[in-house]
Amino acid sequence: MSGSITQPPDNSLPLSVRDLTVAWYRKPVIWDVGLDVSPGQLVGVIGPNGAGKSTFLKAIMDLVPRASGRIEIFGQSYKRSRHRVGYVPQRESVDWDFPVSVLDVVTMGLYGKIGWCMPVRRHHREAALRALERVGIGEFANRQISQLSGGQQQRTFLARALVQDADLYLMDEPFAAVDAATEKAIVQILREMKQAGKTAIVIHHDLHTVPEYFDSVVLLNMRVVASGPTDVVFTRDNLEKTYGGRLTLLDEATEAMRRRERTL
Amino acid sequence: MRTLAALHSILAFASSSLTDLSIRWPTWPEWKRVLFLQDYNTRVVMLGTMLLGLAAGMVGSFTLLRRRALMGDALSHATLPGVGLAFLIAPSLGLAEKSLPVLLTGAALSGIAGVVAILYVRNLTRLKEDAALGIVLSVFFGAGIAILSIAQQSVGHSAGLESFIYGKPASMIESDRLLIGCSGVLTLLIMGVLFKELTLLCFDEGFAASRGYPVLLLDLVLMGLVVIVTIIGLQAVGLVLMIALLVIPAAASRFWTQNLKQMILISAAIGGAGGFVGAAMSALFRNLPAGAMIVLVCSALFFISMMFGTERGLVVRSLRRRDLNRSVDHQHLLRGLFELQEIRGPKAGIPFSELQTLRSWSSYRLLKEIERCRRRGLVFRDSDQNLSLTSSGVVEASRLVHEHRLWELYLITHADVAPGRVDQSADAIEHVLEPELIAQLEELLLQRRRVQGIAPSPHPVDAEQAS
Repeated sequence: MSGSITQPPDNSLPLSVRDLTVAWYRKPVIWDVGLDVSPGQLVGVIGPNGAGKSTFLKAIMDLVPRASGRIEIFGQSYKRSRHRVGYVPQRESVDWDFPVSVLDVVTMGLYGKIGWCMPVRRHHREAALRALERVGIGEFANRQISQLSGGQQQRTFLARALVQDADLYLMDEPFAAVDAATEKAIVQILREMKQAGKTAIVIHHDLHTVPEYFDSVVLLNMRVVASGPTDVVFTRDNLEKTYGGRLTLLDEATEAMRRRERTL
Repeated sequence: MRTLAALHSILAFASSSLTDLSIRWPTWPEWKRVLFLQDYNTRVVMLGTMLLGLAAGMVGSFTLLRRRALMGDALSHATLPGVGLAFLIAPSLGLAEKSLPVLLTGAALSGIAGVVAILYVRNLTRLKEDAALGIVLSVFFGAGIAILSIAQQSVGHSAGLESFIYGKPASMIESDRLLIGCSGVLTLLIMGVLFKELTLLCFDEGFAASRGYPVLLLDLVLMGLVVIVTIIGLQAVGLVLMIALLVIPAAASRFWTQNLKQMILISAAIGGAGGFVGAAMSALFRNLPAGAMIVLVCSALFFISMMFGTERGLVVRSLRRRDLNRSVDHQHLLRGLFELQEIRGPKAGIPFSELQTLRSWSSYRLLKEIERCRRRGLVFRDSDQNLSLTSSGVVEASRLVHEHRLWELYLITHADVAPGRVDQSADAIEHVLEPELIAQLEELLLQRRRVQGIAPSPHPVDAEQAS
C-alpha cells in the first residue's frame, strides 16, 4: 500500500498515486504521497487540520497544480477518466443562499453528460429526483437550497455525486456537522456503493467511527504516516504519529463528540 | 433638438452661463412629447438606455452571484485610457478621431487589459482581489485622465471624450441604438446558451472544475459580457456610474425571488425601467444629467424592493416576525391557563395579575393576546374578570400542552437536559416545530411509554410561583 516506485501501477486500480507533492508558494502541503486503492473499498482519510487532506483530493482531480508525482485513475489520467469520478466537496465551500432549488443542484452532476449549451431535459430531472430519493430527501426536490438544514445540504451534495453514477467517489468531510440520521443515511449509501463494486475515498474526522465505517484508512499528515486495512493500520501508535503524539487525539475526540452533540 | 442635446451635456454645465441652469417644471406638451415617444431624438435615447438597463441587469445578476460585482467597476474605469489613446491614434490610421467604433474598440481593449491586470496581480502575488481591484482601477483611471488632458492639448477639443466619464445619452444617434440593440441581443444569446454553465460557475467553482469545465474561460466569458455592457453604457451613463447599472438591479431583484431565472428577469426589468424612466426624466427636466437620473431611478426601485420585496423585503420580514411573536404569545397564554386550571380545576378563573407573573411578558402584549383569544372564542372572562378557557380553548390548549411536553420528554430522554431546565429549552424550540416532527416525537416517545392522551409534565408544574 505504501508508495513503492519500482512497481508499475496496476491498470485496474481505481486510484494509484506516486510521489505526489503539492506546494503553495514553495511550502509543501503534501509531500511524497504514494497510495494504491483497490476496487470496492471504502477508504477513510484521517489526519489533523491542515494535514493536506482536502488538497490531496483536489490534487487527484487536477484542481491544484502539483509540484511532482503521477496520478492514475483506472489506469488513466484524471482528464480521461473524469466521467468515472464523483466529487462531493466540503459543504461550506459554497454559498447556500444561492437562488437555485435542490433539484437544480443535483442536476449539476449531469451537466457533463448533458453537454455544453444543451438544456436540462425531463429525464435528467427524473434521474436527479431518483438520486434525491436515494439519499432520503426526495420531498425537498423543489425547495430552495437556502431552506435546507446542514444534513439536508450534505445529502444534496451526495445526490449530486450519485446522479453521475461514477465508479470512484471522492468525498470531502461528508460527515462534518450532520445530524445522526444523515450520518446513518450516508453510511448506508457508502455500503451500497461498496456492494456495487464502487470505491469511495472519504475524508473523515470522527475517529470513533473509523473502524466501523472504513475497510482501510490513510493516515495523512503532510505525508502518508500509514495506510492499509483498518484493523492493521488504525492503531493508537499510528494515530499518535499522525496527530503529533500529543494529547491532540483526545482533543479531536472531544471535539467530534461535541460536534455530534450539537447536531442533536 | 440640437439645443436640447446641448443642454443635456455635462460640458454645457461647465461652460454655459448660470442662467441656463434653472430647472423648471415641464409644460404639458413637453410631457406629452416625451411620454408618448413623439420626439425622434428622445425616443432613440430612451429606448437605447432601456436596452442598456435590460442587458446590464441580466449580466449583473451573474456577476453579483459570482461575487465579482466590483469587477465591473474596475473594468469600466479601465476603459478610459483606451478611449484617450484611440482618440490620439485614430487620425494616424486615417479615421475620424471621434468616430464611435474606434473609441469603443479602444475602450474595450483597455478594459480587457484592466481585467487581465487584475487577474495577474491576484494570481502572481498574494494580494487579495479587493486590493488588486483597487490598484488597477485607480491606476487605469489616473492614466486615462492624463491621456485625456494630453489629447485636449494636442487637438484642442476633446469635448466628446469627457462625456464618456459622466455619460451623455443625448448624443446618441440611430446607429448607436443599433449598436446597443445588437450588443443587447448578443448578451442575451450568450447568457441563454451558457445559462447552465454560468450558473454552475457561480454556485460551485470547485465542482465545475472537477467536471472538467474551463473555469477561467467561463470567467472570461462573464467578463466579456461585462465588457460589452460597459462599452455600450459608456455613452449613456458614463464609466463612473456604470457600476450602478450592473449592481443595483441585480441586488434589488434578490428581494423579490429565490429563483435564478426570475431573478435575472426582474433584474433586467428594473434595469430597463431605470434606463427608460431616467432618460425620460432627463429629457423632461432639462439640465438634469441622464446618467445620474438613471442611477437615481434605479436606486429608488432598489429602495422599494428592499422595503416591499415579497421574498426578503423588510416589511415582509417584520410581518413574519410579528406573526411568530404572536403565535409564541398565543401558545404561552393558552398553556399557562391550561396548566393553572389543570391544578385548580376547570371552573377556577385565573386572575390577570397571576398570568402576568407567569412569564416576563409586558401587560400590553398579554392584554392584546387575551383580546385576540377572546375574539376567537378560546378564552372568556367571568363575572370577576378572571380568565378561563372555553371548551374550544381547552381543545387547542390540550394540543399545545401535549406538544410542549412531548418535546420536554424528548429533551430529557434523548438530549440529557436537566429536568429543571427543560421547560426553557423546550420553549425556545417548540415554536418552530413542524407537524411531521411532532408525529415523529409521538412515535418515538409515546409508543414506548404507552402514554394516552396528553403526556404528563416531566417536571413539577410550578403553581407556587404563579400564586
